[in-house]
Amino acid sequence: MSVKNIMLVGVGGQGTITASKLLTNVLMDAGHDVKMSEIHGMSQRGGSVSSQIRYGENVACPVIELGSADLLVAFEKLEGLRNLAYLKTDGAVVVNDFRIDPVGVLAQTAEYPPNVIERIARCVDTTVVAAYDLALEAGEAMTMNVVLLGALAKRMEMAPDEWEDAIKKNIKPNYVDVNLRAFHLGYTN
Amino acid sequence: MKQLLTGDEAIARSAIDAGVCFASAYPGTPSTEILQELAAQSDKIYAEWAPNEKVALESAIGAAIAGSRAMASMKHVGLNVAADPFFTNAYTGIGAGLVVITADEPGMHSSQNEQDNRHYAYHANVPMFEPSNSQECYDMMQTAFELSETFDVPVLIRMTTRVCHSKSIVELKEPKSKFNIPFKKNQEKYVTVPAIARQLRINLLQRNEKLKKYSIATAYNYAEMYDTAIGIVASGVCFDYAKEIFMENASYYKVGFSHPMPLDNIKEFASKVDKLYVLEENDPIMETMIKSYGIQAIGKELFPTEGEMLPERIRLAFYGEELSGPKHSLEDVPPRPPTLCAGCPHRGLFYALGGRDGLFLSGDIGCYTLGYAPPFNAIDTVTCMGASISSAHGAQKIFDMFDSKMRAVAIIGDSTFLHTGLNSLMSVAYNNSKVVTIILDNRITAMTGGQHNPGTGFNASMGDAPIADLTAIAKALGIKHIKTVNPNMLDEVEQALDWAVSLDEASVIITRWPCVLKKMTESDNTEFTGAYTEKYTVDEDACSSCAICLSAGCPAISVDNDTMLASINDSCVGCSICAQICPSEAIVLKEDN
Ligand SMILES: Cc1ncc(C[n+]2csc(CCOP(=O)(O)OP(=O)(O)O)c2C)c(N)n1
Repeated sequence: MSVKNIMLVGVGGQGTITASKLLTNVLMDAGHDVKMSEIHGMSQRGGSVSSQIRYGENVACPVIELGSADLLVAFEKLEGLRNLAYLKTDGAVVVNDFRIDPVGVLAQTAEYPPNVIERIARCVDTTVVAAYDLALEAGEAMTMNVVLLGALAKRMEMAPDEWEDAIKKNIKPNYVDVNLRAFHLGYTN
Repeated sequence: MKQLLTGDEAIARSAIDAGVCFASAYPGTPSTEILQELAAQSDKIYAEWAPNEKVALESAIGAAIAGSRAMASMKHVGLNVAADPFFTNAYTGIGAGLVVITADEPGMHSSQNEQDNRHYAYHANVPMFEPSNSQECYDMMQTAFELSETFDVPVLIRMTTRVCHSKSIVELKEPKSKFNIPFKKNQEKYVTVPAIARQLRINLLQRNEKLKKYSIATAYNYAEMYDTAIGIVASGVCFDYAKEIFMENASYYKVGFSHPMPLDNIKEFASKVDKLYVLEENDPIMETMIKSYGIQAIGKELFPTEGEMLPERIRLAFYGEELSGPKHSLEDVPPRPPTLCAGCPHRGLFYALGGRDGLFLSGDIGCYTLGYAPPFNAIDTVTCMGASISSAHGAQKIFDMFDSKMRAVAIIGDSTFLHTGLNSLMSVAYNNSKVVTIILDNRITAMTGGQHNPGTGFNASMGDAPIADLTAIAKALGIKHIKTVNPNMLDEVEQALDWAVSLDEASVIITRWPCVLKKMTESDNTEFTGAYTEKYTVDEDACSSCAICLSAGCPAISVDNDTMLASINDSCVGCSICAQICPSEAIVLKEDN
């Protein structure tokens, strides 16, 4: 199998790091060689964040080259647009219909661009997920990241059981149920 | 056993499996997680936060001389702080193995410079490994300890952000048990008075010759032959990048043990390929060595010196093009820089400072560096940890000399003050400078993810520790005017600033309130009752649409584009700064929250 590239992008504090941990565990348990690269640090304070995950038979390097991602999962829609150049021309996007204003927008020195999702969808195959609403339905807004993983798993045509195991193994016991609900809502909607 | 580990985790895991007894570090991205991992396993290893990197390395040197394996880890600029012991320990050598880990930051994701610490290995005559992935981190760490003991020398492991923070699969080895070689007095080896150091210097140069032979022989330096039209010499993560781009269309010489360089092997490799390229992130160190050995090669003529050598940059440099993705424009996509969190206790101070004239605002390194940004613009200079106070001192002397009314204000965090700010404050007092020093005591080392420090009452493994009392320290150094304020009470902050600039002598203002991301301790809960339990909201009838609340620079506040009415989102944690600056009293406590 050739190497596949998945990129998770969002805003510091949205849970991209936990999501990438779950994803890499699932991929490793499925027998793939896996490499992952992530930048933390300054980016935590509400800045842009991204995790790059690569898997296949033999992965050479941990970062995704511009123009070579198969899937881009945007936890916040503007971050999806910002990182579109990482996708292959025939890559696909899973985008959360969710907006977080950058400081410039809050301070009214910049504008949040209009029609972000439409612009993404014009370029590539796009799946829109209302992850915030689904996370609330699951019972906890914080599970938005796992809703998105559900949608990603569906998009990757993976069966849910391995994901359930990873959630049970990696998430604090008190939060397992709500995250399992979140995962399934993402998977089925 | 196989595990998916980051480079930092692999280093920590390897240290435990190598029987390391003592680990010391000061936090710094991207090295922080190494010690964090170790401190979480205090049943297996003794691991501690030192107040700074020099202390960390000196402590590790002591532990190694006392006969047990020891390590110190730090970010690249940390090795500048620890450079003094590093150079001289290369003369004395060790008792049991000593490994120093430097985590460099090509691309400066969270650093103030992009220095290439491989120079330190050359400069200090210390052997160096450069792992490319987590497996190599694990393996090289073990080999580094063996090498350290065989050659009686500290060993440097140079990592970079992508190696520290990337995950890949690691095959673990059988753990070794801890050991101790009881200390024997040996002044000829350990006491670096000139008469002894002269001999040690000769030994060090001889050792370097032996290490050259090791470099030729070690399996960490190897050739991988495919198509021979292109030959690539690479180290660290660049090796992986190169293989990603060139695959089997090139041959590779991988340099895993990079000081001293395996130059004879590279010469032989060069003779088998048509054209030789050197791929290394940042400075042309291998390239210079290779070229001065009479080997023709292409390096920085083609590849960038600044930033990360990411695959797309290699492709662009080599093939003149990038892979093309979907066509779209980013023109109207605003940047998303990091900001002070909603509720950050630094906000009140920067709001107050931003509104004042006649101040030279000497900044330092931590979350509070973000006070430089709009709307505050309340930092004029940032150099390195501790520099705020000493640079404010130098500036104040010049202002005074030329009869300027300017007042120098140093802005420094609690962890940074205890790191190196303390020495600088000593100079302010000793040299009679009228600097205003503001210590932003948020009860934690926040920027690097919330590590404890000597001021917080806990050690690295969350055991109780004595609290370094900042007021008592300032007093003991000779500062006469010291005040502690709650930075969320703007009146208190303004009054303290007025008071400090009215004095003709040095003063210290401590702003004391815990970081909003801090896991509160019992004593925090007693001292800071009610912190972060409230939320504010806007009374739209009272809001005058003046947008003054935006000058709090808080990510929880926005103003409607059309009506200009303010609103506060759910990330509010009730610091109340916006409520204090609203001229219409329109920002009010939210009930039933
Ligand atoms: C010599 C050196 N070591 C480590 C770092 C990494 N570093 C940057 S800021 C910081 C901690 C700042 O903590 P503190 O002063 O308490 O401020 P806070 O972030 O909590 O506001 C550290 C460790 C550095 N930049 N330089």
